[in-house]
Amino acid sequence: MDKLVTVLICLPFLMALLPAVIKHDRIRGYAVYLCGFVIAALAVFTAGLWYARGGEVLTFDLPFTEIFDKAILAGDVFLMFLIIYLSVKHRKTVISLLSVIQTCLVIWTELFGPEAVNAHHIRIDWLTFIMILIIGIIGVAIGIYAVGYMRGYHIHHKEFADRSNFFLSMIFVFYGAMFGLVFSMNLIWLYFFWEITSVCSFLLIGYTRTEEAVNNSFGALWMNLLGGLGIAVAITYAVYAEHTVNLYDVIDFGKEAGLLIPVGMLAFAALTKSAQFPFSGWLLGAMAAPTPSSALLHSATMVKAGVYLLIRLAIAMNGNYVGQMVYLCGGFTFLVASCLAISQSDGKKVLAYSTISNLGLIVACAGAGYQETIWAAVFLVIFHAVSKSMLFQCVGAIENTTGSRDIEDMEGLAVRYPKLAFILMVGIAGMFLAPFGMLISKWAALKAFVDAPSALMVLFIVFGSATTMFYWTKWFAKILGIHESRGKDVTQRNEYVSMYFHAIFLILLCVGFPFLSKYVIEPLMNDMYGSASPVISEGNIAIMVIMICAIFVVPSVNYLLTRNRKDKTVMVYMGGANTGDNKRFVDSQGDSKELQISNWYMTNWFGEDKLFRPAVAIGALILLIFLCVIVGGAVHA
Amino acid sequence: MLNEFGIRVICMALYIVAAPLLGGLLDGLDRKISARMQGRKGPSILQPFYDVAKLTQKQLLSVNRFQLLMVMSYLFFVIMSGVLFFGGFDMLLCFFSLSTAEMFLILASTSTHSPFSTIGTHREMAQMMAYEPMILLTAVGFYLAAGTFQVSDIIEGTTPIILYAPGFFAGFVFVLSIKLRKSPFDLSTTHHAHQEVVKGVTTEMVGVEYALTTVTEWYENIFLFGVIGLFFVTANPLSFIGAIAAVLVVFFLEILIDNTSARVKWQMMLKMAWGVTIVTGGLNLFILELIKR
Repeated sequence: MDKLVTVLICLPFLMALLPAVIKHDRIRGYAVYLCGFVIAALAVFTAGLWYARGGEVLTFDLPFTEIFDKAILAGDVFLMFLIIYLSVKHRKTVISLLSVIQTCLVIWTELFGPEAVNAHHIRIDWLTFIMILIIGIIGVAIGIYAVGYMRGYHIHHKEFADRSNFFLSMIFVFYGAMFGLVFSMNLIWLYFFWEITSVCSFLLIGYTRTEEAVNNSFGALWMNLLGGLGIAVAITYAVYAEHTVNLYDVIDFGKEAGLLIPVGMLAFAALTKSAQFPFSGWLLGAMAAPTPSSALLHSATMVKAGVYLLIRLAIAMNGNYVGQMVYLCGGFTFLVASCLAISQSDGKKVLAYSTISNLGLIVACAGAGYQETIWAAVFLVIFHAVSKSMLFQCVGAIENTTGSRDIEDMEGLAVRYPKLAFILMVGIAGMFLAPFGMLISKWAALKAFVDAPSALMVLFIVFGSATTMFYWTKWFAKILGIHESRGKDVTQRNEYVSMYFHAIFLILLCVGFPFLSKYVIEPLMNDMYGSASPVISEGNIAIMVIMICAIFVVPSVNYLLTRNRKDKTVMVYMGGANTGDNKRFVDSQGDSKELQISNWYMTNWFGEDKLFRPAVAIGALILLIFLCVIVGGAVHA
Repeated sequence: MLNEFGIRVICMALYIVAAPLLGGLLDGLDRKISARMQGRKGPSILQPFYDVAKLTQKQLLSVNRFQLLMVMSYLFFVIMSGVLFFGGFDMLLCFFSLSTAEMFLILASTSTHSPFSTIGTHREMAQMMAYEPMILLTAVGFYLAAGTFQVSDIIEGTTPIILYAPGFFAGFVFVLSIKLRKSPFDLSTTHHAHQEVVKGVTTEMVGVEYALTTVTEWYENIFLFGVIGLFFVTANPLSFIGAIAAVLVVFFLEILIDNTSARVKWQMMLKMAWGVTIVTGGLNLFILELIKR
């Protein structure tokens, strides 16, 4: 097992060299497919092997741990110099200060701090199992999609230098870093991989090197470095006060001895990475990059690193100030981000806000730290990873095909590009429609916060789910409708392979969720809480499965029933002013005018200029107050 | 002696058969009372049934074939919500199923690319956003008061839920005017011809499509009145009389509001609905949590 894990962490880093050095486009594509398959196979094999061995929690060291320790220190220093170089080059020297402080802090603690209690470095449990499958399967599928997408991208965007090789190799670095992050139980290791994901996302966001991209990438960098600083402080505190660098010791100390500072600092870092208010800006800025990187950041990696850490910390957050900080931040973000999504017509931006909002719900669930909420959080992580990755890929393909990713331009997509529309509809349904992932999670969260009890959180959830419903519904409704023209679909085959794979995977997950709950998530709860009870009774689960099936079956049956029904096709009602089709009418000058139908965006209520700044301010206020309380409480004790 | 399962099945079957009849009668009664309030004689109480019967005879004119199958799915999911409710299952499931049904109504009307039905659709979505929080909160209210989301367990209680949850009740009655498409909140489509942009969300629904939509509304109304009744039902069989009386009072109140107010703009509706939700539902929630702590 230890060798397998070593390979799984190290191989992606080595593979990253391949796309970087292969200059020939087609060969590079095949190399990426091959490497991707190898990584996916390895991840599935590792997970499967662990599962077959009974799913026990395993802790062990990699071979040559000492060398790895040294390499990681060297890596920290390398990353620091890289950040300094880049920020000086782009005249943002201040940002490098953050990096210098935290790297020095960690290295000082490592070299000159008191000796930490010896512990293993690697741990596999059920949460790791789920995460490596998500990274291995969804992450790799995005990599495969990226090959075709980048080809199309540079045909459309001649103005940007083609650095696809760099882009693809960064994706592989990302895999490696994510694998390392979810396996590490040593905080210094975790910190290193955490920093790699920060730097990688920074490089990916700045891909096009436009002014906007550079600014956004530095925005992402400083926020994530701030989070990194949180981890560095947590490490220092843990080493000096608790004599450990082991994440699980920190969690235990937090739970049993009430040592909340390192837990709070780690939670703070996770909040920055999962883009909760006030740190939501960076994820929105990440849109400047080509679509595969958004898909990667939003679904399988990066933001999932944040919620992964929070779910880990959950047992130490139950019922204390850290938990309150986290769930208030999450609940607030869930509501505000879904309101903001209403006012957006850019498809990618709606997806970005919906990611933030969804993460808010996951964060809130993790912060509450009850069994039910953890159950819900893990479900959301899985469903969100699959559907969001699919949606980003689909919007990317639509943009390459139609030249626009504006929702207003997706009118009648079901007629124009049925295949793309189908994928989009499955994805949207997966995000919010009743019997899918969101429902069960919302259900569990609602129940948990009623029991908690937290009236404020209940209000956040009920209002947030109403606004969530609104923005998805209007998008969904836009896709249907009448459109006479049928365009040429330029989506490449590998893009479709990836998207269909996601769609089938999502439907399987929906139908198979009782099994998922019983065989994966309940053992996970058992790991964390020592006991596991089904959150939703079996009767209700059966009803839900019936509902899931009904949502596919009922319209299909109705389709068959109505197929042969005689009807007379008529034009839509336009007060008699149609000019012969459904798209045009006679205007006041007697001319034929095209009918434009537009969605509601309610910008006067939910616009970015109305809500964004206040939301950042309130988010910051929640964080600051609770951080003061946590630190003050610790000092007082 | 019937076991629990048998009772559930009978209730569900009864809902499927009787709800449209009862719903139609209530609709007829509504028109009669409204007419009397306006000093008219009004149609026969059976008029809604005649209307539906006639609608089914009409030739089906359709803009998009898609619409009919969406309307049928809408009907299915509304019936499903009611069946789950009267079968004594989980309250949250009923409401989730109801919002799925709403989705199909929206897809039905939007599939036509019609300017007038699109206006109705957008207003329908705004209405959903306005009432959804209160609907979910109502389920939470039942949970806090009775300790369970299961309808079959809620009716076993000894004290009526209304004593714990008057705020939730008030909020629910308030958003009920939106759900029942009553003025002043009948933005997406209305039963009063004088304040309508053509026919809102149902503009393009013709013949059997419109008949199905009407029947679906009847099913939905019976389900919603069932929720009103649930506030009053206890293990004591006599409480059912009280519940029916309460439903009739609310029914009359909705007609009264309908006939004495003019339609508002959506902004106003959203403000009022959310405001009432926070004040009544939120406060009641807060107080109940303090009591239960």
